[in-house]
Amino acid sequence: MDIKAKIIDSVGLDRTITRLAHEIIEHNKGSENIVLLGMRTRGEYLAKRIQAKILFIEGVSPNLGILDTTLYRDDFRIRLKQPEVSVTDISFDLSEKDVILVDDVLFTGRTVRAALDAIMDMGRPNTIQFCVLVDRGHREMPITADYIGKNIPTSINEEVKVKMTEIDDEDSVYLVEIKNS
Amino acid sequence: MSLSSNHLLGLKDVPKEDIQLILDTATTFREVLERPIKKVPTLQGKTIVNLFYENSTRTRLSFELAQKRLSADTINFSKSGSSAAKGESFKDTVKNIEAMKVDMIVCRHESAGIPKYLTQISNAKIINAGDGRHEHPTQGLLDMYSIREKVGRLAGLNVCIVGDIGHSRVALSNIYGLQTMGANVSVCGPSTMIPWGMEDFGVKIYNNIDKAMAENDVLNVLRIQLERDAGVLIPSVREYHTYFGITQERIQKNNPNILILHPGPINRGVEISSEVADGSSQIILNQVTNGVAIRMAVLYLLGTKSEE
Repeated sequence: MDIKAKIIDSVGLDRTITRLAHEIIEHNKGSENIVLLGMRTRGEYLAKRIQAKILFIEGVSPNLGILDTTLYRDDFRIRLKQPEVSVTDISFDLSEKDVILVDDVLFTGRTVRAALDAIMDMGRPNTIQFCVLVDRGHREMPITADYIGKNIPTSINEEVKVKMTEIDDEDSVYLVEIKNS
Repeated sequence: MSLSSNHLLGLKDVPKEDIQLILDTATTFREVLERPIKKVPTLQGKTIVNLFYENSTRTRLSFELAQKRLSADTINFSKSGSSAAKGESFKDTVKNIEAMKVDMIVCRHESAGIPKYLTQISNAKIINAGDGRHEHPTQGLLDMYSIREKVGRLAGLNVCIVGDIGHSRVALSNIYGLQTMGANVSVCGPSTMIPWGMEDFGVKIYNNIDKAMAENDVLNVLRIQLERDAGVLIPSVREYHTYFGITQERIQKNNPNILILHPGPINRGVEISSEVADGSSQIILNQVTNGVAIRMAVLYLLGTKSEE
């Protein structure tokens, strides 16, 4: 893998998250009815940071849950490697809530499709909104995000790598080239 | 991560990583069972046959429920009311079922080794739901899961299996699995119920229940299987209860913190007093819930595993 460009640095990432938090609050006219759902793995940390921003801006901290969509994937029959499932951790009721689904990269849209199915099995939210740090294009499903950190047009041999200090050694977003082996 | 085998025939020779993976995956499904809609679409389009040549309530319902929760299509076979009663051989029955294009077979049979034989005559993935006195791997796994859930670990724990060890497939699966996970396993019962050569399994043998209780963290109490002629091994059910029954007084006297498991069905007043059964009932009934989660984990891990 070759790094082609650093798209967002740590200062930029913090500003982007601040803006996303503001947009979410603005669009929902406050944060009373909001719940955040972070998608494993980096969406979870992103959601936690947005939660902290909302607390800073509004003085209240919305509920946060973690969603694992492995069981809802559509590629069990075609994938060779078996995906590892981890636990979904949502300790509150989603009914009548405005659910903000948070993920790091929006690509084909298949993960979001799986997430929507998973959420529907857990309750009937008022709305489901989608917040993503990077939209890299190449959609295979009619899905779009409500809050976008940055639009990065990519080629199919490129990949967007989001790094967050919670699990990586830095805060940044890279565009990398995948070497075909 | 995926399992190293395409079948689950027993816990003997199942590597530690596989057991760990199954137990961890079960945690995920335990969460699914708490949701308002307890169903995920993961095994959509897979067909599973429950081939039950022997009676079962818990295991069969548990497997069926696990399959439905994963959205698999299931068909059930039981010996009574089938062509097996007309004299069709086991192999012919299996071949016919397989011609219906099934992906997995869950099998219970009164003869040991039938699941292994199935792997030779069928292309489906095989799960052993109890074969004779041999193994009952999913029960072993759910016992381990329940212990781990309650105590937090398996390694280094002292676990004693109490009762009719000779007639029990649960005992053998527990011994293999727990030893792999690093627990110290012992057995306790009257000498008639402990088979010759038990020492070769590397287990300690107790003939005194009070001593066993004092020296162990967990008791897995087996049912006295009266339908399998356990009656000839003990003078009377009352005598068994007097010498080996788990009572509240014994728990208080020997080890008040001991964890009591029972795979069910319970013979109240025989291997366990009603008082203890109801006191530990939360754990015993929890074992049943965990059973569904464990079976979902096994079905998921085998059902979505690609053939290399």
